[in-house]
Amino acid sequence: MKMQFKIYRYNPDVDAKPYMQDCEVELEPTDKKLLDALVRLKVVDDTLSFRRSCREGVCGSDAMNINGKNGLACVTDVAGLKQPVEIRPLPGLPVIRDLIVDMTQFFKQYNSIKPYVINDTPPPSHERLQSPKDREELDGLYECILCACCSTSCPSFWWNPDKFVGPAGLLAAYRFIADTRDTATNERLDNLEDPYRLFRCHSIMNCVDVCPKHLNPTKAIGKIKELMVKRIA
Amino acid sequence: MANVAKRQFDAVIVGAGGAGMRAALQLSEAGLKTAVLSKVFPTRSHTVAAQGGISASLGNVQEDKWEWHMYDTVKGSDWLGDQDAIEFMCKTAPEAVIELEHFGMPFDRVESGRIYQRPFGGHTANFGEKPVQRACAAADRTGHALLHTLYQRNVRANTQFFVEWMALDLIRDADGDVVGVTALEMETGEVYVLHAKAVLFATGGAGRIYAASTNAFINTGDGLGMCARAGIPLEDMEFWQFHPTGVAGAGVLITEGVRGEGGILLNGNGERFMERYAPTLKDLAPRDFVSRCMALEVLEGRGAGKNKDHVLLKLDHLGPEVINHRLPSIREIAIKFAGVDPIKEPIPVIPTTHYQMGGIPTNYLGEVMVPKGDNPEVRVNGFYAAGECACASVHGANRLGTNSLLDLVVFGKSAGDSMIDFIKRERPVHKPLPENAADYSLSRIARLENQTGGEEVNDVRSAMQKTIQLRAGVFRNSENMALGVKEIAEVAERAKRTQIKDKSKVWNTARIEALELDNLIEAAVATMIAADARKESRGAHSHDDFQKRDDDNWMKHSLFFSHDRHLDYKPVHTKPLTVDYIPPKERTF
Repeated sequence: MKMQFKIYRYNPDVDAKPYMQDCEVELEPTDKKLLDALVRLKVVDDTLSFRRSCREGVCGSDAMNINGKNGLACVTDVAGLKQPVEIRPLPGLPVIRDLIVDMTQFFKQYNSIKPYVINDTPPPSHERLQSPKDREELDGLYECILCACCSTSCPSFWWNPDKFVGPAGLLAAYRFIADTRDTATNERLDNLEDPYRLFRCHSIMNCVDVCPKHLNPTKAIGKIKELMVKRIA
Repeated sequence: MANVAKRQFDAVIVGAGGAGMRAALQLSEAGLKTAVLSKVFPTRSHTVAAQGGISASLGNVQEDKWEWHMYDTVKGSDWLGDQDAIEFMCKTAPEAVIELEHFGMPFDRVESGRIYQRPFGGHTANFGEKPVQRACAAADRTGHALLHTLYQRNVRANTQFFVEWMALDLIRDADGDVVGVTALEMETGEVYVLHAKAVLFATGGAGRIYAASTNAFINTGDGLGMCARAGIPLEDMEFWQFHPTGVAGAGVLITEGVRGEGGILLNGNGERFMERYAPTLKDLAPRDFVSRCMALEVLEGRGAGKNKDHVLLKLDHLGPEVINHRLPSIREIAIKFAGVDPIKEPIPVIPTTHYQMGGIPTNYLGEVMVPKGDNPEVRVNGFYAAGECACASVHGANRLGTNSLLDLVVFGKSAGDSMIDFIKRERPVHKPLPENAADYSLSRIARLENQTGGEEVNDVRSAMQKTIQLRAGVFRNSENMALGVKEIAEVAERAKRTQIKDKSKVWNTARIEALELDNLIEAAVATMIAADARKESRGAHSHDDFQKRDDDNWMKHSLFFSHDRHLDYKPVHTKPLTVDYIPPKERTF
């Protein structure tokens, strides 16, 4: 099967500016996912650059914009993709080369929410106990793979990537607020009490639409906002 | 020395998976200036793909003891594991897992509030009597939960990561001591010398030497390649684990936890064939054993599907609740990669290359040990290894499921402690770098840059993968392996002449893949030669012409030296730290 592509290309060493490249690749019957097709394209043209690793949707390396929507190449079926398949780097972050973006800002925001359990009481010799029900509160929060599909589909993040934490970071913030072992809820809310960091989320819900792990950052953000309101009341 | 930038650290860690990050935490918290290099952002390391659990005899669900865990591990290793290292790991396991919980790892829980534990392959109570629930799990995402937790804890500790840096070569001085590494910053294409008092390799496995593997693209055995080129031998490279349940065709992993939760294997006739081979443990026998049984079923014409080339993993009888709660990612993987919903249909599976039992020879303190004169184990000063790239050896000839994640945190920590101790007591100031520290790496890059009339990287890599897949598989024989030795030598010659079209500096992935191939080839040659030499069947090395384990002649570790491709051997450690030796016996389940 032949497949047509339109791929964003930019190599700062040789290109004055980015361009869209038309190309075609002959797929083998075993090439089921978009990543398989990209790997095959790279055999023909070894200058095509993209990140990839686990090829099963758990490492978060190969997030890109596929026919206008962010997703992971390794879990996107080639069957059913509208051709020519238009592939671009994740929007809103600086492009380093081809499909590789600079994710510094994204991780800076993630780190800014203190993504670790804070609990200053000395731990017991066994586990800090947590009931199955309390543990269930973390479901839908901890599974994030930091692929950045969500944050880079969010208009608020595009406008203020330095000030708005973004859906991935806020999902992580709520993951720690929701953890019964964490004692720093107040401190975490203080950290987000700001016109930009949390409140730039306008519930556009692009994040929910694109998350390859089917997580719901908007809902988590809503819960943080609720806690903020409760705290004032 | 050519004009290469230098940076100085107390410690350099290569690799930011579970082992690298556990060690990093130790060093950062001790206040040492530590650089952690990784080809990928830390949470993209392959630890993230581990699914089923991490073993520890917590006894949260059923009575358990570390001595039973130790026995299972020794038996699982087919008596090739070093019993001092195994004792250390199994005894330390409970505190290592509790520590992860204290770090914030989101383990599943039982009603008492303690960590949930599930049964797993080869995990037994009372020295093989019956299955026991020892695998501590976060649904079927235990590796993800562990890796993210360790990254988060390192954010807290302010660890300095060098993200998307690829280490190129180990720097040894005239005494053979390790004093640093060379590394390529991928974004700029610049080569650096990183000068360190101690270096840890935590670079993961080389599963990509096989054509079909559960491993990620990044698992190219970089630490093995660097060691081989620097004159450090590779241990037990003939032992590769074939995981029983890779998705047929796709190679993606389906956790043994599925069988732990009650899933069963069926052949093409709908028979639960494992009952015939392993009356006690059935589908939960160790992986080498189950993989062989599956391959036999297929070979003898009892496979499933149109071509009778796989078997079936049935779990629909567990019900939607258990599947959605305990095995949610498995359901997703089955739907995405096998086109079946396991709530209704079985998953087509075949044994798939999964884990490298061998690697860089270390002791249980994470110190790299090599032969010198009559002494089979002499420390390489300043050099440490942990995790899948290392061979402590706790897994021997076959690893038990969930012992890999345990290995990462136990030996990551002990290696970190050893490095702190070494830096404080033995190397408080840097040992000088040799004059020509970067020359070798630069010459490798220059060779690639200037190669004409050479070989395509993809062609050579495919030839290597095809050879290893065909000649070093689940079942091996003398004729096939002798051919493999010849073929892989030819491929290795071709690998010296790889050529790339992309000559740019910025994020040149063609160059990175060529450099990775240099490392893969070292692992592939070591695998083929060590496999061909071992005239017995032990663990994952199943030899048609020598079907029995031969303890008199072969209870020993192989050591492969790359420079002249010779093999040496060293004894298995038969003396545990405090308990009695577990003597070999026949392995039945």
